[in-house]
Amino acid sequence: MKKGKRSEFLFFAFRNNKLRVGLSIVLFFLVVAIVGPFLTDNEPLKYVNPGGAEPPSAEYWLGTTTFGQDVFSQFVHGLRATFLVGALGGGIGTLLGVVIGFTAGYRGGLVDEALNMLTNIVLVIPTLAVLLIISAYLEVRGIVMESVFIGCTAWPWAARAIRAQTFSLRSRDFVDLARLSGKRSWKIILTEIAPNMMSYLLLVFILQFGGATLNAATLDFIGLGPTSGISLGLMMNYAVLWGALLLGIWWWFVPPGLAITAIVGALYVTNVGLDEVFNPKLREM
Amino acid sequence: MRRYFGRKILIYLLTFFLAVTIDWLIPRFMPGNPVQNMLSRVAVHPEAVEAMRGYFTRAFGLDVPVWQQYLNFWAALFHGDLGVSVYMFPQRVADIILRAVPYDVALLLPAILLSWLAGNKFGAYAARTKWLDNTVLPLGYTLTATPYMWLGIVLAWVFGIVLDVFPFAGAYSYDLSPHLSWRFVGDVLHHWFLPFASLFLVQFGGWAIGMRNMIIYELEADYSHYLEALGAPRNLIRNYAFRNALLPQLSGLALQLGVIVAGALVTEVVFSYPGIGYLLLAAIQNQDYFLIQGCFLFIIVFVLLANFAIDIIYVLVDPRTRRGMTGETA
Repeated sequence: MKKGKRSEFLFFAFRNNKLRVGLSIVLFFLVVAIVGPFLTDNEPLKYVNPGGAEPPSAEYWLGTTTFGQDVFSQFVHGLRATFLVGALGGGIGTLLGVVIGFTAGYRGGLVDEALNMLTNIVLVIPTLAVLLIISAYLEVRGIVMESVFIGCTAWPWAARAIRAQTFSLRSRDFVDLARLSGKRSWKIILTEIAPNMMSYLLLVFILQFGGATLNAATLDFIGLGPTSGISLGLMMNYAVLWGALLLGIWWWFVPPGLAITAIVGALYVTNVGLDEVFNPKLREM
Repeated sequence: MRRYFGRKILIYLLTFFLAVTIDWLIPRFMPGNPVQNMLSRVAVHPEAVEAMRGYFTRAFGLDVPVWQQYLNFWAALFHGDLGVSVYMFPQRVADIILRAVPYDVALLLPAILLSWLAGNKFGAYAARTKWLDNTVLPLGYTLTATPYMWLGIVLAWVFGIVLDVFPFAGAYSYDLSPHLSWRFVGDVLHHWFLPFASLFLVQFGGWAIGMRNMIIYELEADYSHYLEALGAPRNLIRNYAFRNALLPQLSGLALQLGVIVAGALVTEVVFSYPGIGYLLLAAIQNQDYFLIQGCFLFIIVFVLLANFAIDIIYVLVDPRTRRGMTGETA
């Protein structure tokens, strides 16, 4: 029966236009991020073009910056950073949300009260302000550290949503039965409750991924991103800092923002598509 | 209702307490010594460095035990004393921030309210209306996925430089000084438009999509089907759905506030708009720790107050919370 259900999901997944379009866009950029760096010999921050800023050409596919850096090289390396932050930051955010949500929802009582209070507090504090102030005081920052910080501040809404779902599942008969059979709590959560929420957890991860990407871009743009290396947000930061606007070097600041918009937008569309696949009520008639 | 507000206020107080503690903790326990950083920027005589170290240590209040530093921080806070800015010495941090606040209010308040109202209306029309849905939906997803600063950069480039119809830096022209005249007010509005537009557009996309999805959920609810079966006109059902869908959108606004404020910060940076965001960036670049602390506190307080305002509105529009029935989603 389980197999039949899976193939039903796949059937609707392949026919869902939103899912197809969204997923193709994300995969396209993922491939560019993986393959791109092999297509260019230019280091992202190295001054390779003595002519300074030049529009896109056969030699420099996305042109060069004021300093003669290869924008294409910056772009593909930046894409890698974006996917890394999204996967790592989004993963940590989801994981924390899952752990706190399951614990609060399944335990209930005082544990729930305490965790719920914590969730509500972190929920109101503007995430970016905290990230800003932490980053401002750190002298050396890496992409991994940035992702960890972003993940650690992004979990509250996920925890709250997962808690609510767990709450409604834990009083079901099959969970009671598992409890009567003497299973440990964490085993019940893993084998009885989590499988019923897998589709939902996937949606949470996708949204967390998009959120982490946007947060990282914001931090990088303010100049509080990684202190070495390149990212899409840093590209925009440099472009604005060195007057790309006034000089009309659009090929410097358009690609990074366009890529972020496309990736995050495609993720949102994928999300709605998946939602329709999992929830028959939402399918377009 | 009393219980509802009691809980809310307790959470806000705890949040405020925690935020102030973070604000106090971070410069003290992060790697790197703020005082040393500041001294290393001014290379002067060794004796002068010693004198300055003494001054800054006292200015930061670092010459007393840690617990007393913490209490002093709170005491100063309640006196409205956020210290003296280092980078704009000798101005007081509180004064500098108060000067920036009007620009933030002028930018954020209209952008938040108008985008919420317009986005909800638009999303409601779009739901289950084929051609609108097919245009609004992709547009909305694109807008809400756009990083605030990038939309700002693109608008500044297209309208500020290529078309040259809007100024793209500052809050008013450099050849004018603030005074009350039509020319000045017009100039301020002219400078205000682009940052406002970029904030408005990104949020608009999010609300439109949120409302569209909510309406579809509501139209599948039992009451909608019941009304349909009774033969109620389509518009009536949609009106009910709209009113029900507004409530989650309202709690959504509370959840989004932090993101919106962050968006405003970077938008101000793009347009050199002299609000808190621009100030915060200058403070960070100049390692002005008092100013960073002050900006952080101000942002937190603003977000908490706005959250509280939304809670009150929620109680006003949702009778279930007033009667003490559950129904509380926020």
